[in-house]
Amino acid sequence: MQDSGILVLFQGTNFLRLWEGLWVSLRIAVISMGLSLVLGILMGMIMTSKNKIVRFLCRVYLEIVRIMPQLVLLFLVYFGAAKHLGINLSGDVAAIIVFTFWGTAEMGDLVRSALISIPTHQYESGYGLGLTKLQVNLYIIIPQTVRRLLPSLINLLTRMIKTTSLVVLIGVIEVVKVGKQIIDASRYTTPGAALWVYGAIFIMYFLICYPFSRISAVLEKKIKD
Amino acid sequence: MKKSILSALLAVTLATGLLAGCGSKGNDTVNSSSKDTEAPTEKSSGSGATAKARTLDEIKKDGTIKIGVFSDKNPFGYVDKNGEIQGYDVYFAKRIAKDLLGSEDDVEFVYLDAASRVEYLKSAKVDITMANFTVTDERKEQVDFALPYMKVALGVVSPEDSLITDVDQLNGKTLIVVKGTTAETYFSENYPDIKLLKFDEYQEAYDALLDGRGDAFSTDNTEVLAWALQNKGFKVGIESIGNIDTIAAAVQKGNTELLDWINEEIKSLADEQFFHKDFEETLEPVYGDSIAPDEIVVEGGIVEE
Repeated sequence: MQDSGILVLFQGTNFLRLWEGLWVSLRIAVISMGLSLVLGILMGMIMTSKNKIVRFLCRVYLEIVRIMPQLVLLFLVYFGAAKHLGINLSGDVAAIIVFTFWGTAEMGDLVRSALISIPTHQYESGYGLGLTKLQVNLYIIIPQTVRRLLPSLINLLTRMIKTTSLVVLIGVIEVVKVGKQIIDASRYTTPGAALWVYGAIFIMYFLICYPFSRISAVLEKKIKD
Repeated sequence: MKKSILSALLAVTLATGLLAGCGSKGNDTVNSSSKDTEAPTEKSSGSGATAKARTLDEIKKDGTIKIGVFSDKNPFGYVDKNGEIQGYDVYFAKRIAKDLLGSEDDVEFVYLDAASRVEYLKSAKVDITMANFTVTDERKEQVDFALPYMKVALGVVSPEDSLITDVDQLNGKTLIVVKGTTAETYFSENYPDIKLLKFDEYQEAYDALLDGRGDAFSTDNTEVLAWALQNKGFKVGIESIGNIDTIAAAVQKGNTELLDWINEEIKSLADEQFFHKDFEETLEPVYGDSIAPDEIVVEGGIVEE
């Protein structure tokens, strides 16, 4: 029985489909992360604004994202947008919107804390050289924050990859769903397949996330020096 | 809130733009069941259609019908080892595509979960739901059902060494159900003393039963009978409980044109005993002779008591 369980993985196109599923997960995570990165940096700069109202609004946005389960957001965007706004988004797009919405807030907060960790004299020296506010940010502050950000950014990315397993509930066929399909299709012939399929998925997630967390560790070390 | 709305909007715009660029590669794994439908699959996604369901003419014009089916409910809707969708529901769905649009490949299968079947219709993400959808009064308020093509009652499967043969035996025990199914409604309404352990997906529910996280599992009798046949040590102690329910295709409420078409189709298929053929092709390999076809199959939408 156990021997046949592992064979299920290699029947037909099963193994390939698992990788395709993983690619779907990874694509959603990476696109969302890319967008979150860009928007998050903007968001972080807005968050450090001296205007109290702006800061309060940013706080509200961040809290909304943190309090709302991602699943609720996914349903809102996927079904809600279609029903109330007449916008029929595909599952992938809805997922990317939600993950970007989430990532931007998290990223924004990270950027904010990185920004305020930059000593004031860095700004002041910049202004002293006659640079404009934009130039100071662009040439002095952002390069430094990016370095400080990299580790936590990669941490966020791996979290995002793992959270993509939720998107199955809005009809996106990612790796976990493919796994379930494979288990189900073979459940009359090899009921023991579940362990092997989930085991394979575990290894696949590991293979993807581990390099990222290695990179993060290396970068962290490098920055300390 | 202004900034957040702004950034959300920006995210939407960017995401849509990006996806339009890279979507064509991705969607074929997501939606289409057969490789021939890759191109038409793209047409429907993100095109700004409203939540109003497509009419029969619009479907014909588009050339592809979107039908929601299960992808993990063997033998009614499942993905075989070659990645092709198969099953009793799927067999019928392909026939609909063939008779409506000319080819059984003109269907885009959308894979659903039990709990979101109504939502998919309401938000017009599918034209027809054919995911083993049991007709209930509550659901009738939300969607329009066509004539039935199958009938079921609930069954309860449990381990042989502590077999449940009567509902009263379940008092104080844990019964596993899948969220959004008739079993969940039936037991929570009629037997409040039974502890229900609920799962989103069938696979999880079966795993839980195998692990002993519950004392029994209940869902449609066809489903539990098939499963018990293949899993030694488990037996269906209660073969039929609750009312005899029918299973039918559903469309969005008010989409009468499409509904009438499906009904006519079902009536005309009775002449060739289509659903008996469907049974032979998809269900018989699993059930063998443990169930007579007439116990499950409904021809021409007429349920014989």
